[in-house]
Parts: sequence; C-alpha cells; structure tokens
Amino acid sequence: MLFHSILFYVFAAIMFGAALGVVFSRNPVHSVMLLVLTFFNAAVLWLMAEAEFLAIVLVLVYVGAVMVLFLFVVMMLDVNVEAAKRGLTRYAPFGIAIALLMVVELMQLIWLRSQVGDTVGGFVPNPEGYSNTKALGSVLYTEHVYAFEIAAVILLLAIIAAITLTMRKRPGLKVQNIAKQVGVRAKDRIRVVKMDAEKKS
Amino acid sequence: MLQEYLPILIFLAIAAGIGMLLLALGFLIGRGQKDAEKLSPYECGFEAFDDSRMKFDVRYYLVAILFIIFDLEIAFLFPWAVSLDTVGKFGLISMGLFLAILVVGFIYEWKKGALEWD
Repeated sequence: MLFHSILFYVFAAIMFGAALGVVFSRNPVHSVMLLVLTFFNAAVLWLMAEAEFLAIVLVLVYVGAVMVLFLFVVMMLDVNVEAAKRGLTRYAPFGIAIALLMVVELMQLIWLRSQVGDTVGGFVPNPEGYSNTKALGSVLYTEHVYAFEIAAVILLLAIIAAITLTMRKRPGLKVQNIAKQVGVRAKDRIRVVKMDAEKKS
Repeated sequence: MLQEYLPILIFLAIAAGIGMLLLALGFLIGRGQKDAEKLSPYECGFEAFDDSRMKFDVRYYLVAILFIIFDLEIAFLFPWAVSLDTVGKFGLISMGLFLAILVVGFIYEWKKGALEWD
C-alpha cells in the first residue's frame, strides 16, 4: 500500500507541475503540450482508482483528439506571445475566483463525506473479477438513457455546427473527377469515320 | 488488479530514464561551441524566414472535429458491447436510437460534401 501511495504522489506531483506549466508557459504551443502531460497523469490517477475505462477514454479522446483541436486553434488564432502575457494579469482575478470556488466545493464534498461515513478507511479495493467498463455499461444504457440520448443529440449538433461554420464553396475550382476519367472509353474520345476516297480531278 | 499494470509502469520508468539519460549525455559530453549560424533554424533549400505559427486551411479543423465526434461514438460503444448481456433489449434499443441520431449527422456530412477534400 505504501508503494501505491508513493506512486499516487509522484503522478499527482507531475500533474500539478504540468498544470502550473500550462498556465505560466509563455508559448501557447508549450501550454498545449503540458496539458497533454496533465491529461496523461490524470489518466494514470484514474487507473489507480480502478476506473480503467475512463482512463483509456481520457487518453483516447482528450489526448488523441481534443488536444489536436487545441493545437489547431492555437495555430489558427496566430496567438501573439506578448498579447498572451498581458492577458495573464488581466484575467488573474477571475481565474483565482474560480479556483477558490472549486476549492470550496471540494472542501464541502469532503466535509459531506466525512459526515456520512468513514473517510479514514480510504479506498476499498474492488472484488476479484470486477470490471469498471461493465459496471459503467450496465447503468449508462438503462438508468441514464436520457443523458445518453442527449449526448447523441449534442454530437449531432456538433457535426452540423462544424460543417456550417467551416464549409464553404469555392467557385471556379478546377478538380479532377477520377471516376469519370477512369470510366472513359475510346469511343467517347475519337470517332472513326468511314468515307470514300476522294477522287483526284 | 493494479499489479497487472506493473509492466507498464516499468516500461514508463525505463522510457523516461533513457530519454533523460540521452539528453543528459548530450548536455554533458557535447562540446557546445555555439555560434549564430549554428543556432539559426535550418531548412533545406530556402531561408527559414517566417514564424512557425502560420495560418492554415480551416478544413483540417473540420476533419479533426468530425473525427472526434465519431471517436466519441466509438467510446460509447465499448461499454455497451461489454455489458450487452446485462442491459438486455432496452440497452439494444437505446444504442440503436443513439446510432440512428448519429447516422443522421453522418448522412448530412456525406451529402454536404464535408468528407470531400476539394
């Protein structure tokens, strides 16, 4: 169990450092890379809490896909390093307020838990053969079916919004129609005309 | 159960160790005679004249976001596949509805030509 705690503190410390780096890094691209590190460490912490499915999804979806989007946005916005630096002090009160709010919420949660039962006992390991994925699946599609279908609608909304925002017709664009090129026959291109020889007069 | 992940932890430790060792060796043994030419960015054929952060086509973004949406759809499918015997017919129907809603989006993007590059 001691090894377990040491591992937890190591990964939590890396995560904390990386999260600080996200905020304080001058270069937005470095911030995104540090955010990847933060997500990885969060995934490890989830894995240690035996939430394996969530850990893998965090890596697959957040690290694999959302971070690519973040990078795109950072690249596309053409962020000026100096301008980003000015924003840090301007938005600092706002950020600190939100951080304080979250600390208060966490404290409240811990306090509520301590009222209900023992927190000293700590984390109870799951029984043998327990599958986090299966436990999640057994309630997600039955008990929480409304939330599940709402997720589908939100994804549909995202598809339509992304297409309407970024798709544009570019008139006058010359493109190859490969199917048409492959499907062409010789008789479409040349016509052999039979005709009588011309007489020399 | 966590013991099963020990090989991955060892792998992580070795990977981090080798990475840091190589960087440290380069830092310690390298002679480090730097000059302006050596430190300047090099690209074959032409001068590196611009900021690396250039604007590029928004369609890359579109491809990425469409990928994420279907990536999430797949993520929802995994627990469903594992727990299909416990969720029963109701689970089957709810997943059917979920997929049907997303197929609407898929048909929309196909017909709209969002999957075409030009």
